Amino acid sequence: MIKESKLLVEEAVYREVVPAGDYFMKVVKAGQTFRILDLEGNQAADTLFYNADDPSERYSAMDTIRSQGNVYLTTDTKLISNEQNIMLEIVADTCGRHDTLGGACATESNTVRYALDKKCMHACRDSWLLAVAENEEFGMSKRDITHNINFFMNVPITAEGGLTFQDGISAPGKYVEMKAMMDVIVLISNCPQLNNPCNGYNPTPVEVLIWD
Amino acid sequence: MANKILYQDQIAGACHWSLQMRRGTSLRVIDNEGGANVGMLFYNPVNLLERYNAPDTLKCQHTFKLTKGNCLYSDMGRVFCSIVDDTVGWHETVCGNLTKAMIAEKWGEHSYQDYGNNWHQNGYNSFLVELAKLGLGKKDMASNLNLFSKVEVDNQGDLKYVDGNSKAGDYIELRFEMDTIVVFHTCPHPLNPAKEYPRKSITYEIREAAPVADNDFCMNFRPENKRGFENNKIFHLGCGCSND
Repeated sequence: MIKESKLLVEEAVYREVVPAGDYFMKVVKAGQTFRILDLEGNQAADTLFYNADDPSERYSAMDTIRSQGNVYLTTDTKLISNEQNIMLEIVADTCGRHDTLGGACATESNTVRYALDKKCMHACRDSWLLAVAENEEFGMSKRDITHNINFFMNVPITAEGGLTFQDGISAPGKYVEMKAMMDVIVLISNCPQLNNPCNGYNPTPVEVLIWD
Repeated sequence: MANKILYQDQIAGACHWSLQMRRGTSLRVIDNEGGANVGMLFYNPVNLLERYNAPDTLKCQHTFKLTKGNCLYSDMGRVFCSIVDDTVGWHETVCGNLTKAMIAEKWGEHSYQDYGNNWHQNGYNSFLVELAKLGLGKKDMASNLNLFSKVEVDNQGDLKYVDGNSKAGDYIELRFEMDTIVVFHTCPHPLNPAKEYPRKSITYEIREAAPVADNDFCMNFRPENKRGFENNKIFHLGCGCSND
């Protein structure tokens, strides 16, 4: 469901542009609202969330879609943890639909999806692994790299059981905004995928904004 | 002789178990009474960090349902096993498990103290116990398979559990393409609307599998699967964990 935010950009307490192929890893406090802004359109922001006090509690795609009885994420979706707690709630969304079934690209899965010689092309899971390696204070490892959200990705499921990758329904300036219900570690890989038509083979920056 | 049964066993409903499968053998899981659900996860015994990855499995085969021809992938681009036979037609891998609290809300709390082994066991705790045997924990519990269970998605994205998907005697057969630890439970599917706690037993058989031929159905089901098999081949050049 399309819903615009009333928050003013100039009142944001934090802003950071995340180039494609980079990661964003930062704690958002309970009560804060954060936005991911698709600056140039049809970008994918591959995102994971963890309880900042105990990262073994994390976003669970299965629990989220089962509890809302729907596979797509949009305004009013509650992002549920593996402990059945509400981690965040989507409070605004000008895109209308986000995917949580397609997972994140990896060098290994690129070999399967595209060609064996794609193995050394940069991928989301490499960005995440670098993030957990460079941010040792969170005490995370590959075990924490799990089933994510693809903000701005459009992956329709058909009644016959197909899964299709459609052109993005995002566009320059579209955004999704979440309110944190607990202190969460936000881990975003701004997707560097060069083999997928859904971003027009052109990965572009996203911006992260946080409000108190 | 191809497809010889090497071992056969039954598991009651609401139970959990693990086994290691050798490359070149298959696991046939049979729904004894109809309406079974089997939650299942896979791990690589030589590197437990390599595990079943539902998104990779769905994405690379452009499918939401799993059936004959589909391969079940690890997060490392390799094929744990191929669905070489399936009389059901639809198995799902996105709805996860019920917890103790959810079971109590749905069907009442039947504790071990009051009901013994007829208690209302849940899929989440079942996986926790089996994973702990491997030194693993909740961090390692990936999105699991729910064999025999069908969940459809309509145009709006709403999930719909389809009752009666699996009948008595229906089965799925998984041929293992690398050595694999199989962790599973027979607890109810999260969206099962049954009035009473469903307690459905299964039979599983470990069988010899015929060698994978060049025209193998699963390997050729999609071009992606051929590349997945190629990744397995490279892995087996180095791992020494199973003979050809």
